[in-house]
Amino acid sequence: MKIQLALLPEMRIISIRINNRMETDVSLSRSTFFHRLLTMVLAILASTALPSTAAELNVYSARKEALIKPLLDKYSAETGVKVNLVTGKGDALLTRLKTEGRNSPADVLITTDAGRLYRAHQAGVLQPITDSPTLTMQIPAHLRSDQGDWFGLSVRARVIVYAKDRVKPSELSTYENLADPKWKGRICIRSSSNIYNQSLVASMLAANGEGNTDTWLQGLVANFARPPQGGDRDQIKAVAAGQCDVAVVNSYYFGAMLQADNEQRAAADKVALFWPNQGYRGTHINISGAGVTASAKHPDQARELIEFLARDESQRWYAETNNEYPVRPDIPTSEILKSWGDFKADELDVTVLGERNAAAVMAMDRAGWR
Amino acid sequence: MEITAAPTALAAGRQASAWRPALVFTASVLAVPVLVVCASLALPFSETWHHLADTVLQDYVINSLLLMLGVGAGTFVLGVSAAWLSAMCEYPGRRFFSWALLLPMAMPAYIIAYTYTGLLDFAGPVQSGLRATFDWGYGDYYFPEIRSLGGAVCMLSLVLYPYVYLLARVAFAEQSTALLEASRNLGRGPWQTLFQVALPMARPAIAAGVSLALMETLADYGTVDYFGVSVFTTGIFRTWYGLGELITAAQLAAFLLLFVFALIVLERASRNRLRFHHGAAGKLHPRIRLGGWRGAFCSLVAAGILLLGFLLPAGQLLVWALDNWRETIDITFLTLVGHSFMLAAIASVCCLLVALLLGYGKRLHPGKVEVSAVRISAMGYAVPGTVIAVGVLMPFAWLDNAIDSFMRAQFDVSTGLLLSGTLFALVFAYVVRYLSVSLQSVEAGLSRIRHSIDESARSLGSSPTRVLRRIHLPMLRGSLLTALLLVFVDVLKELPATLILRPFNFNTLAVRTYELASDERLADAATPALAIVLIGLLPVFLLTRGMRENGNGHD
Repeated sequence: MKIQLALLPEMRIISIRINNRMETDVSLSRSTFFHRLLTMVLAILASTALPSTAAELNVYSARKEALIKPLLDKYSAETGVKVNLVTGKGDALLTRLKTEGRNSPADVLITTDAGRLYRAHQAGVLQPITDSPTLTMQIPAHLRSDQGDWFGLSVRARVIVYAKDRVKPSELSTYENLADPKWKGRICIRSSSNIYNQSLVASMLAANGEGNTDTWLQGLVANFARPPQGGDRDQIKAVAAGQCDVAVVNSYYFGAMLQADNEQRAAADKVALFWPNQGYRGTHINISGAGVTASAKHPDQARELIEFLARDESQRWYAETNNEYPVRPDIPTSEILKSWGDFKADELDVTVLGERNAAAVMAMDRAGWR
Repeated sequence: MEITAAPTALAAGRQASAWRPALVFTASVLAVPVLVVCASLALPFSETWHHLADTVLQDYVINSLLLMLGVGAGTFVLGVSAAWLSAMCEYPGRRFFSWALLLPMAMPAYIIAYTYTGLLDFAGPVQSGLRATFDWGYGDYYFPEIRSLGGAVCMLSLVLYPYVYLLARVAFAEQSTALLEASRNLGRGPWQTLFQVALPMARPAIAAGVSLALMETLADYGTVDYFGVSVFTTGIFRTWYGLGELITAAQLAAFLLLFVFALIVLERASRNRLRFHHGAAGKLHPRIRLGGWRGAFCSLVAAGILLLGFLLPAGQLLVWALDNWRETIDITFLTLVGHSFMLAAIASVCCLLVALLLGYGKRLHPGKVEVSAVRISAMGYAVPGTVIAVGVLMPFAWLDNAIDSFMRAQFDVSTGLLLSGTLFALVFAYVVRYLSVSLQSVEAGLSRIRHSIDESARSLGSSPTRVLRRIHLPMLRGSLLTALLLVFVDVLKELPATLILRPFNFNTLAVRTYELASDERLADAATPALAIVLIGLLPVFLLTRGMRENGNGHD
């Protein structure tokens, strides 16, 4: 039995020719039925596998729906390209992408930290964008991969906030300084399971080496005002309420609280933001970013979507909606961000944050930072 | 059983033959995700294990055990006392409380954790009020820390006790009146009857309820993560996300499963020789009338449980939601409601059908193979949803890619992914995860029906299917409704598997709640969270009505 299947994509018609050489009448009629059945099944299967006529892009995003869908909708309105979205946790989406393999429907992967992009690159599920001078010119080299596998789209800074009435900014200087015994029982920070703490420690490992980082972590953990718990906003509230004097948080949470309801704003008003490590290597930053998947059915449109996300209006949108910093230094930021002043950001290649992530978690385990 | 006539047994054996392969096949398919997780144990153990053993593993184990101990005790006390009050006593407000005490079930554990933290933590209104009133500062007074192991025990007990309550209430209500009367006639008081007769008789149901609560506890991630308690689940995710070691994480999950399996075996073994049956008929047990201060005390207890488990957190959600519902309720919100409702309905019916097949099939053929197949297929409940999702993702993607490669090689046609990323895969994951819930319910119901009833019907020539339809299903009505309700509400709240497996552009209320809550926008998350609670109320009402009509619950 030999089945030939001809596909005429331009006409979207499938014709299946079945050649069979059967000897007897009885088996012929039985096999005709079987073949008809098989033909039908094949036709159905094949039709589902045909690429759809309208241009569509499929996006796996670790950025939450509210923080990416408005941009995607705008892209669809401008280009007529429909964008389908699944959101989720970075590692889970990455696992889905990996197991689906070459048949994965995803064209673009968006994550909220450099570590996941690094892992995606390691897993071989991204393909390089080699022909986008726009992206390579606009996005600073340390905020994208060398090979063009992924590009940073927005910047998140991990800063120190302090109680205005109990701490003078002159007492603060660096992350390293937070291990000083003078801060004993005065520091609030969330669990070390949080990715932004892991990235911060990864950057410390890169800057100071393992031995120094271990010592620093022990000092830091000894200074905790309470066992790590809650999210970044909870740390800010704890500083405002007087449970601790300083906290390490991502700046956009502080910004969001300043724009939130009265209760949160009242708490945020009691604390101020401090840019750590300004005289040294700069404040630790992470990125959210995107890459084109290796399995992408529409790699060119996927690249265009990423270019769209790096465009002026989109870049301003990150600042205005979520108080993140644009990845492009030439884009003006929002009022709130301006009120915090300019800062010097760590110029460490964010790939390193991914490379050292596991080592950072282990170091925090050793120090008993739960 | 031995006295059954040989020819009947033979005939029955032939007719029943379809049940056995159906059971083994279904159970095997459902066991695949759990086995995928267990298969990780066959892979080499990485260096990371040294690191874990040296640093954090001990914490994971001890904290998990303490958490289970606490939640086990908490759900037992809350659930059994609520069930006893509802089934056996007449006190002011009983009719209202008997369904209202189910309400906490509709509350996702991590949501109740968020709301209580908002109220009780250092910066919250309660402590701030105390400080303002007494002019205290930080460190001047003692206040229990809500974000702690003890806090997690309280939160989980408050939302999980309805499992025990539901199953125990049905068991109490279905208990033989004669037995309880005999106990009272022989001079036992109501308390002694409770502890010496009713509780031991209801043991399968209570054990089923508590073990469901414990499995849910082991699988919980949201609450313990927010409270910063290091348990097995947080360890699994830390290993996966933080260390980037999916295999080590799966191995941790597999050890968790072994642990659960040991618990189940132990529980079964302890009641191996005991049988818990009740007669089919019999008049209803008259409730103990409690008036005066005793009645008032009962009402107070019930009201207290309801207040802590539902009214307080739901009230907080309502306050938040009233503030911002204009922004949060729009067309897409209605779509979310539709998706959530549809998924929960489909999954609960699927779970019930599978549970009936497995539960009844096991009753017909309690062989070693059948029993262990059913056990393994129902273990998904103790596995964190994300891990189950990966266990579903892998075999489905493998199957899809294998078919695709075959079709490419043979016919030069790519079939792409046929099942991965579809609702089918998602519903399959729900069945794997929640089968245990409906199965426990169905089995607890079946175990209270005497085998002699089956045997009489069978010896009169009824086929097993006919016995199931004509005798068991009507007798089981309460248990079946319970099974439907529990899974419905569970799926409504389910997050991690939905998050990983759902198709494009398909969100649910739980996903929306999570996205907002994890972005620390609790007030905005209140509206979808309240919607989950409200939809969860529907089946609670249906169940209460169903039980009333049934007469079993004699409500």
